[in-house]
Amino acid sequence: MDKKHKFETIETAWCPGCGNFAILDALKETLTELKVKPHEVLIVGGIGQAAKTPQYLNVNGYESLHGRALPPAAAAKIANQKLKVIVNTGDGDSYGEGGNHFIHNIRRNVDITHFVHDNQIYGLTKGQSSPTSDLGHITDFTPEGVIDRPINPVATAIALGAGFVARAFTGDKEHLMEMMKEALNHNGYALVDILQPCVSFNKVNTFAWYSKRVYKLTEGKKYDSTDKGAAFQKALEWGDKIPLGILYREEKKSYTDHFDFLKTTTLLELPHDKKVVRGFIEEFF
Amino acid sequence: MDYNILIGGAAGQGMDTLATVFSKILHKSGLCLFTLQDYMSRVRGGHNYYQIRFSDTFVKSHREDLDGIIALNQETLDLHIGRLKQDGFILADENVTSKDSRLITIPAALIAKEVGNVKTTSSVTLGFLCKLFSIESTFMGDIFSGMFAESVAKQNIESFTRGQALTESKYKASKARPGKTMLVHGNHGIALGALAAGLRFYSAYPMTPSTTIMSFLAKKAKAAKVIVEQAEDEIAAIHMAIGASYTGVRAMTGTSGGGFSLMVEALGFAGIAEIPVVIALIQRPGPATGLPTRTEQSDLMYAINASHGEFGRMVIALRNPEDAFYQTARAFNIADKYQMPVILLGDQYLADAVQTVKAFDIDKIKIERHLAEPKPYLNGKDYNRYELTQSGISPRLIPGLVPGTAVNIDSDEHDVHGNITEAADVRNSMVEKRARKFERLKREVMEPELLGDDSMDILLLGWGSIYSQLSEAVDILNQNSKRKYGALVFGDIWPFPQTTLIEKARIVKKIINVEQNHDGQLARLVREVTGIQMDGSVLRYDGHPLSPAEIARKVKEI
Repeated sequence: MDKKHKFETIETAWCPGCGNFAILDALKETLTELKVKPHEVLIVGGIGQAAKTPQYLNVNGYESLHGRALPPAAAAKIANQKLKVIVNTGDGDSYGEGGNHFIHNIRRNVDITHFVHDNQIYGLTKGQSSPTSDLGHITDFTPEGVIDRPINPVATAIALGAGFVARAFTGDKEHLMEMMKEALNHNGYALVDILQPCVSFNKVNTFAWYSKRVYKLTEGKKYDSTDKGAAFQKALEWGDKIPLGILYREEKKSYTDHFDFLKTTTLLELPHDKKVVRGFIEEFF
Repeated sequence: MDYNILIGGAAGQGMDTLATVFSKILHKSGLCLFTLQDYMSRVRGGHNYYQIRFSDTFVKSHREDLDGIIALNQETLDLHIGRLKQDGFILADENVTSKDSRLITIPAALIAKEVGNVKTTSSVTLGFLCKLFSIESTFMGDIFSGMFAESVAKQNIESFTRGQALTESKYKASKARPGKTMLVHGNHGIALGALAAGLRFYSAYPMTPSTTIMSFLAKKAKAAKVIVEQAEDEIAAIHMAIGASYTGVRAMTGTSGGGFSLMVEALGFAGIAEIPVVIALIQRPGPATGLPTRTEQSDLMYAINASHGEFGRMVIALRNPEDAFYQTARAFNIADKYQMPVILLGDQYLADAVQTVKAFDIDKIKIERHLAEPKPYLNGKDYNRYELTQSGISPRLIPGLVPGTAVNIDSDEHDVHGNITEAADVRNSMVEKRARKFERLKREVMEPELLGDDSMDILLLGWGSIYSQLSEAVDILNQNSKRKYGALVFGDIWPFPQTTLIEKARIVKKIINVEQNHDGQLARLVREVTGIQMDGSVLRYDGHPLSPAEIARKVKEI
């Protein structure tokens, strides 16, 4: 097969050892396994190191403004449901600058997949605290340590009614790919918060720090990911133990399922109907 | 004939229904009208009014002197009696009092009560008005049954008939509808123009006075197969429109000044990423929240200059509802052709003034998409989203159409493939490519419309909705005048069309700008682009529209 019909990665500007590599690799392999074609995929990013992901894969790429990955991604999916629309962007982009879009795109429930490269730090701007930085974290802007409480993205997403909420870790590629696959197959908005070390600017939440704490929800006692109460309880767990896996899952209508005229075609393919508009004009006669 | 009546009261008193139904009756009778709405930014109470001016020919604008006042409360009478003509009338219920002999009181509420429904009070008043102006009432049944359930419609007809019985016909309303007409406001023009152009996606956040574009589109969304999405904020609204546009559908957003301020970063994004987007900016007095429900033309320089960095955009000022219809449709073609944002400038005056206009002709609308043909790329040609061309316009391919081909767009500076670059030569070539598009766009801007005398001594300059008042002001000025007056009203305003202006400026004695703002923004733009200075200005910035008579008066003083 011609090279451009397979998923290929392109040379990146990431630091050696960055967690982004694992995400890019996992994504490439997952998409290959799902048998979609590169031209059928649209990856949208905001601004940041993670947000450069669309640049590094031979798919349709949309690098938006900082914090503004979700709105165009949702609209692109609404306009052309044949595209597999993925958002790859960071914790600052998703939960800070784009916080309002995070909230409302959960409500909107467009069939898009949101992979948050969550390294609890700002990388591109060289080491400021992020919305997920833990209390006390000393950064450039917080020499005395962070005093603002961190956002809990998975608990927030569950509280807002997201239909698919998962957490993964770049240290476990197989599990990460499984989460990606499940998220990509979910009809509606799916969030995967991916824990990822920043080797250059986060000296606290390192690979070892995460490795020591993470465990899979599927390990041990049986976990029911459709039980919202249990999901919320697990979502609040953070610190010594951090759960990985599908925290919550609920099948519901996605945005475009509400429109009869999108059942058999896409917005893009709809022909222009002059007669209908002529009728609207005549209502004013 | 040329009558002008005012209907006033507190919000929630049924004034809207009265004015709307009366407008419908006038329209159905074959008359032309122009309504001016003046309302406060509150849901209940306050003082609000409609002015309805009607005639047997097109009414260009509102006017100040009144033939009649329909006072739903005492305040309406007290505030507006000074504008009532000597032979005018005031119509009110018995709760309004005055020593003025022009006051006619009718027991409208009492009659409505007798009919069995106090809510039909305004129908008593309507009946009275229709009889007074000799307007036929044969279609009242249709109007009421279109609005209410059968029993309520019947009560309204009864109240209407009893209102008619209260007076004799005093005024004679002839009917000579000038061809096929519509009763619309400017925002209808925008919404219908967008639909005629093949709009598929509209995302916005509610903001007066742009909201009625969205509410109209929302009502038609299902039938028109359009997605109308209320975004969480204006930032999301424009980004959604741009995202939809990227995939190849026609997309638009609309707002007023405050919301536009939130959209500005995305405007620059559409500029560098070269994604078409149409933005309706319906102005109101600013800055910040300003006067939310009133009118102003103070975002001209802002629309032209908004965003950091340099890129081309087009700004079109909408002059009247017809212009709004045709120019909105054209805006989509221009946005697609040049792959850049197009801003449509309206304002509250144009947005809310319901008026009779010549019927929109959808057959005049041509949809020109300017999309790249997928065929060469299907045959193996390499695709580059930002290919360097002589025109500066690169092939715009719909993503997902060609296997093995990616459509990459980027808010960073990028190379021809759409990949981030910091190479100086690539940066230069991209800046120059985008600038070439703007240069090419200059070739198709439309010159301003000339009103009044072509061989004028005094030239008035305006832009956008002031067209309404200027077209009548020029007529007033040219009556029994030795001096000849003309006006140029700009529709396309950026890039700035200067040929006609430069030509006229050479021969006229005086140039006067007429604008709804304090700073004289058009004068500033003209000076900046052409070096031409104004000899005087007529400006108003209290939130209320200049009237034609007021313009004429002030022009004569200069």
